[in-house]
Amino acid sequence: MPIELPNAETLLARLVDQIRPDVSERTALVGIHTGGAWLAERLHRLLGVKAPLGTIDVSFYRDDYGSRGLHPRPQRSGIPFDVESADIIIVDDVLYTGRTTRAALNELFDYGRPGRVDLAVLCDRHGRELPIGARYCAYTLPQALPASRSLRLSRDATGTLSLRLIDA
Amino acid sequence: MRNPQLNRHGELQHLLSLDGLPLSILGAILDIAAPFTEVAEREIKKLPLLRGKSVFNLFFENSTRTRTTFEIAAKRLSADVINLNVSTSSTKKGETLLDTVDNLCAMQADMFVVRHESSGAPYLIADHLHATGRDDIHVVNAGDGRHAHPTQGLLDMYTIRHFKKEFHNLIVVVVGDVLHSRVARSQLAALTTLGVPEVRVVGPRTLLPTDVERMGVRVCHDMREGLRGADVVMMLRLQNERMNGALLPSPQEYFKVWGLTPEKLALAKPDAIVMHPGPMNRGVEIDSTVADGGQAVILPQVTFGIAVRMAVMSMLAGN
Repeated sequence: MPIELPNAETLLARLVDQIRPDVSERTALVGIHTGGAWLAERLHRLLGVKAPLGTIDVSFYRDDYGSRGLHPRPQRSGIPFDVESADIIIVDDVLYTGRTTRAALNELFDYGRPGRVDLAVLCDRHGRELPIGARYCAYTLPQALPASRSLRLSRDATGTLSLRLIDA
Repeated sequence: MRNPQLNRHGELQHLLSLDGLPLSILGAILDIAAPFTEVAEREIKKLPLLRGKSVFNLFFENSTRTRTTFEIAAKRLSADVINLNVSTSSTKKGETLLDTVDNLCAMQADMFVVRHESSGAPYLIADHLHATGRDDIHVVNAGDGRHAHPTQGLLDMYTIRHFKKEFHNLIVVVVGDVLHSRVARSQLAALTTLGVPEVRVVGPRTLLPTDVERMGVRVCHDMREGLRGADVVMMLRLQNERMNGALLPSPQEYFKVWGLTPEKLALAKPDAIVMHPGPMNRGVEIDSTVADGGQAVILPQVTFGIAVRMAVMSMLAGN
């Protein structure tokens, strides 16, 4: 049965509505490469967050490095604000096993001790392998996807976001 | 023939030489090194990639800088680093190189960083590990004889790319004692692989290998001609033991003809960068005004060296 995917731009608007009431002076956003970073870029603008936008690539913190080796093209991480005591929202496109979020948390704590960390995702596809949940989630798939399928965010030339299913 | 540096999947198993290393792997190392430079700016300068791994620095020949940067790189990757100054230990008692290696393998080594005065020593170790079925142990050549110093060559390429962005439009000049220099051999191999259109080697006839043209470079015996229009000037260190003897009249004489002075550097492009692998002999191959001047990128080379060595070690340990 083909799976109907919601429009990513609609989900983004929903995510903005969820986060907005909690935004304060101390709020900072950190997007996870690559989809999460696109999303964080948009959220940063739409929410008017004052702290400069951070991005992380979790390649150096992945727990499957021992079995799969290093990701061939890791990106630069950059946290241009003081992590100490900041209220950080980690932004990712899809929440699945929770392992990426775990890696991002580990990396974040190497920059300092945040006051609070939350997770915002566009889509939850089920399949958690760790005790991790998203405080902000725009959409939860009605049922879990098989492991052979990969759900990803893509961005076209105009900057419009969309969700895609790819056979891994 | 099996490429001793690659595993059966064509991935990097050991880093022994830049000669014969495919462009795809060379490029991947430079790409992977870039995000590692950012780690130095963090509160906690550590990544977990080599957690629980033991890296043995096996230095049969003295070197402070190379050993230290390998040590820092491994420690920033969370590895346990064991430094062995082998020149003052077991070998003095008569132990052979491979016996030393076997003993360290029995101590659960995961990686050897090897410096040796004999060309080929790291190959010998890699071969031995393969022959004895220990393909999970990696070897990094940290300089062998006159043969190769691949991580120095890589950090030089990283430095060039950092400052010049591209390789395909550059004139790169290597000046000095190419004959005895493993650094030069690694640089020339990498520059050729990366597609630098014009590579010149400049130096006295006594210090250039006779068949150096075969490495695809232009030879100049006139420093001024060699420097003209250059984008990158890579100076080589004149080793003390070569300074007096049949190859050269004296250090002063060498400086007069082959030393890089502001006047000679003015012949290169105005935005040319000056590199040196260290340690420098001021007043022999390079003038202090140049070494401390705005075009010198000698200290960034050292900093990039850590990131490049982190990239190499994390690539090896993951394969």
